Amino acid sequence: MNTPLSWIKDYVPELSCTDKEYYDRMTLSGTKVEGWTRFDHNCEKIVVGRVDAIEHHPDADRLWVCTVNIGSAYEGNYTAENDGLNGAAKDSIQIVTSAQNLKVGDVVPTCLNGGRVAGGHDGGPMPADGIKIKAGKMRGLPSVGMMCGIEELGATRDMYPEAPENGIYVFPEDQAKDLELGSDAMEALGLHDTNFDYEITSNRVDCYSMLGIAREAAVTFGKPFVMPKVTVQHALNKDTKDFVSVDIEAKDLCTRYVAAIVTDVKIGPSPRWMQRRLANFGIRPINNLVDITNFVMMEYGQPMHAYDYDTIHGGKIIVRRAEDGEVFTTLDGQERKLDRNVLMINDADRAVGIAGIMGGEDSMITDHVHTVLLEAATFNGPNIRKSAKRIGMRTDASAIFEKGLDPYNAMAAMDRACQLFEQYCQGKVARTYVDENDGLPALRKIAFEPEKINAYLGTDISKDVMLDLFHTLELTYDEASNTLTVPSFRQDLKAMCDLAEEVARFTGYNNVPSTLPKSSSTRGGITPMMRLQNKAAEIMLSYGYSQSETFSFESPKVFDTLRLPQDAPERKAIRISNPLGDDFSIMRTMTLNGLLTSLGTNFARRNKDVKLYEIGKVYLPKGELPITDYPDEHYMLSFGFYGDGDFFTLKGALEDVLDAEGLKKKRVYNADAKRPYLHPGRQANVFYEDELIGFLGEVHPDVAKAYGITDRVYVAVVNLAKILAKASFAHHYSGIANYPSMSRDISMLVPKNVTAGEIEAVIEQRGGKILESYRLFDIYEGAQVGLGFKSMAYSLTFRHKDRTLEAEEVDKAMKKILNGLKDLGIELRA
Amino acid sequence: MIQEDLERIKSETRERLSKALSPDEINEIRVAVLGKKGQLTQILKGMKSVAPEDRPKVGQMVNETRAKIEEALASSQAQISKKLQDERLAAETIDVTLPARKMERGHLHPNTVALKEIEDIFIGMGYEVVDGPEIEKDYYNFEALNIPADHPAKDEQDTFYINGDMLLRTQTSGVQIHEMERGRIPIRMIAPGRVYRADEVDATHSPVFHQVEGLTVDKGITFADLKGTLAEFAKGIFGEDTRVRFRPHHFPFTEPSAEMDVSCFKCGGKGCSFCKGEGWIEILGCGMVHPHVLEMSGIDPEVYSGFAFGIGLERIALLKYEIDDMRLLYENDIRFLKQF
Repeated sequence: MNTPLSWIKDYVPELSCTDKEYYDRMTLSGTKVEGWTRFDHNCEKIVVGRVDAIEHHPDADRLWVCTVNIGSAYEGNYTAENDGLNGAAKDSIQIVTSAQNLKVGDVVPTCLNGGRVAGGHDGGPMPADGIKIKAGKMRGLPSVGMMCGIEELGATRDMYPEAPENGIYVFPEDQAKDLELGSDAMEALGLHDTNFDYEITSNRVDCYSMLGIAREAAVTFGKPFVMPKVTVQHALNKDTKDFVSVDIEAKDLCTRYVAAIVTDVKIGPSPRWMQRRLANFGIRPINNLVDITNFVMMEYGQPMHAYDYDTIHGGKIIVRRAEDGEVFTTLDGQERKLDRNVLMINDADRAVGIAGIMGGEDSMITDHVHTVLLEAATFNGPNIRKSAKRIGMRTDASAIFEKGLDPYNAMAAMDRACQLFEQYCQGKVARTYVDENDGLPALRKIAFEPEKINAYLGTDISKDVMLDLFHTLELTYDEASNTLTVPSFRQDLKAMCDLAEEVARFTGYNNVPSTLPKSSSTRGGITPMMRLQNKAAEIMLSYGYSQSETFSFESPKVFDTLRLPQDAPERKAIRISNPLGDDFSIMRTMTLNGLLTSLGTNFARRNKDVKLYEIGKVYLPKGELPITDYPDEHYMLSFGFYGDGDFFTLKGALEDVLDAEGLKKKRVYNADAKRPYLHPGRQANVFYEDELIGFLGEVHPDVAKAYGITDRVYVAVVNLAKILAKASFAHHYSGIANYPSMSRDISMLVPKNVTAGEIEAVIEQRGGKILESYRLFDIYEGAQVGLGFKSMAYSLTFRHKDRTLEAEEVDKAMKKILNGLKDLGIELRA
Repeated sequence: MIQEDLERIKSETRERLSKALSPDEINEIRVAVLGKKGQLTQILKGMKSVAPEDRPKVGQMVNETRAKIEEALASSQAQISKKLQDERLAAETIDVTLPARKMERGHLHPNTVALKEIEDIFIGMGYEVVDGPEIEKDYYNFEALNIPADHPAKDEQDTFYINGDMLLRTQTSGVQIHEMERGRIPIRMIAPGRVYRADEVDATHSPVFHQVEGLTVDKGITFADLKGTLAEFAKGIFGEDTRVRFRPHHFPFTEPSAEMDVSCFKCGGKGCSFCKGEGWIEILGCGMVHPHVLEMSGIDPEVYSGFAFGIGLERIALLKYEIDDMRLLYENDIRFLKQF
């Protein structure tokens, strides 16, 4: 919300502070100021001048040569040498202008030589430092200042509707006659003012009004708050009920409806001050009647609506829900389709307005209006919000209604509006209003418990100080019952904790002590899953993989990119009902897309040898879609690279992760993984204790290409959720071998389809306890070995923990191994 | 006679040793003098011609000479070794300013770097780090946090819905409720994790981002405790000289509520372009857990009180590392990641 400080000062007349002080103190007491702008920013040396003579420029048709009397401002700014008139008068200067709207006697804002204006006369963007005005010559004649248009002074024609569209601002005669020549023209225009922009929190409905903010300012600065003096003449000798009856059918959506009749209204412009106030909000002034309802809306925070009474059928107002499919033309001429949830204002025959949002075309006020039916109602906030959203029409009024208003305020606002109608529309207000409601909610009472407030805040503030504060906040204290009664406009104050906040706010949050909890100590730490993740990250980093982060939702097209068949279980993904777009519409069930996208980004940017990992969740529905309960959220370790390395360097990193997580038993690599996004001959599922815990492989070239990578890409994924129960961070020292080892090498001719895994299984099973380790040290396929065979060589190491081995023992073990290998069809070489 | 021979051998050996240049030469000398056919051995062989009564004396002389020669040999040996080593070391001098050869190490994501710092501070204060579901029930994300069905905050947060009751959590605050429902008091927890809001991606917004929720519940927890705890956190993250400022704010699930600013860590609070002249930078939202929230989660607000806070992880990372575009965090360009 945007408000000039001068408006606040109308209600807090003693308020006196700099812009910065206001900003700081309001922000620290809870009315957050987002920023402020001075209206007179960049305007210097702007004085009141009067056009005393005006002549055509001899050499230019469109230019006028003016003698401008600047009275007291002459001295100190000009001398006979530089006033353009050779000192012809000791109070006037010569200014040449292209403006066409001036006549002799006009009183105008005049920028002196060396002064500054905010911008150009075309109302375009303002230069940061304004425009410096210097004496010069125009078509040969001296011009030693500038008469200003309203835009040049940083204001708008909305704020000053009397300003001409193109030309110099001329002070209206009624004002001009009281202005002293040479005095401050910005002062006369009311532009020594600052617009503050507030961020109002949703709990402070009352602060969406000038009075609300002024109340906060008054308490913040410890100055008195002065309500506008409202007295209504009620000059009409009839009651509102003689004109109209009000019937609220939808009581759940309307708690109060106040109606007033004002006759004999004269439509015309509203007073200039009111127009200017509305313009500050960006509300365009229209006429006195409309402007008053808008002004009261901003001042009191109560939207009002005015109907032309003569268009209301049957003298009836009925507040009820729309019919499904009902069509209504709002006063902007648009047809709106409605439903049962939209609250309508009807007369005896038809709808005349959408409650709280916009009136209808048929009952619209025209310049010929004579009798006005004025409405100040309290509608259900959430309903207005939803209706406005559904109809697609959020108006100034609905934006306020939707916060849920104080029903007491409707009457106060009605009084204020009627007063202004009397003052500025010559209206006659009916003797009484119609006030339809089912009883207003009782004012809330809260027990006054200063000791609890102090205990809650950690403060030691006296009871009297608190009571003084509550008094200024307009809460009333009843000593007998020890309760505070909350004024109706403070809907946010409900319990002790709310009172505590008031005490803290106005004591100053920063004056509350700062302590550490004295309570029982607790043991901090992380979860086993986090430990698992940290360990995996440690290994990843040591292997040169950097951590990436990718979105949790992605496009369902990802499954096609990854070549998954239509019935692939991965396609059973949780769908977002209102996604940002199809590309972000499903919760990922696999992590490859993010990883490959990131690798692709790097590849496109020509980054070499990139290795990335991510530890992130996949979201797996437990049963059928759509989900009705929590899905499984599994943390996955995913890593991959392109550039330097191959399947086995990838496998090495994977093995080390598993080692580090304490999964030290045999890992089984099953090449029959059949993952369509991986190279059919270079992929494996990883099993541990017979459970699938992950996979690895080279990315299928079609998939890599789809991500823009023309190099080989390798990826591995480990389901951390699945290894959590198997992981262990326990360490056991098994001693350092004291006795010598014995090594034996085996060189073999192996049928091509026999895997290293099978060979190693034989070695492990048959090597016995004395087998310490084994290592593949050579593998060869090609010309020297026969077709369908490969040559492999292992080095085996044997050792006994407690003694030196005998050669015979090793020979025996070797024999068993070799027999086993022969069974696999392996031929031993010398 | 023998005595003269011995003296001669001694001085000749010394003479030769002084000219020797390598350990090999020294060895040759050793063999020539002390070897089986060496000069001194020859003299011992000539002992037969010495009168028996003189033999012990001569023997002693020979032994003394031998010891002296061995000493000289050893000393020459040491000298030459040292000289050779010195020469070798001199020749091996390298240009230490030549480029280093590095192992290609990996780098943590800046979010994680920031998170670890945050976690360390709170773990040090006895906080447990916990995890919570990202696909959440409406109750935990809104209702239990004092945000009923019609509350405007529900609209403000631009929620992604799954269907019916399930949604993508818009805040980590729901973890507070899960934690309180476990009913173990005292509670000191932080809950980092992903949250989701329907914001289009741009330099300052992302539909996926991270928060770190914090919650303390115990007997006698005060607003002053909230201030003190978060001031410690700010110092831990931004340095010992950091000052904090609390501004009133509104969150439905805390009362009183506040936003915390820290003194600008670039200018120290004087006001600069980094803090837009304010001297303060907004860091987090916090407040005393609303008694009604405690009550809904089965904790008696007459006995217990608590405070909660929510930190925007990306906000901390962007500020602390001066990252000017949030999109960098999810692109994973290695040139970006390597800077952390």
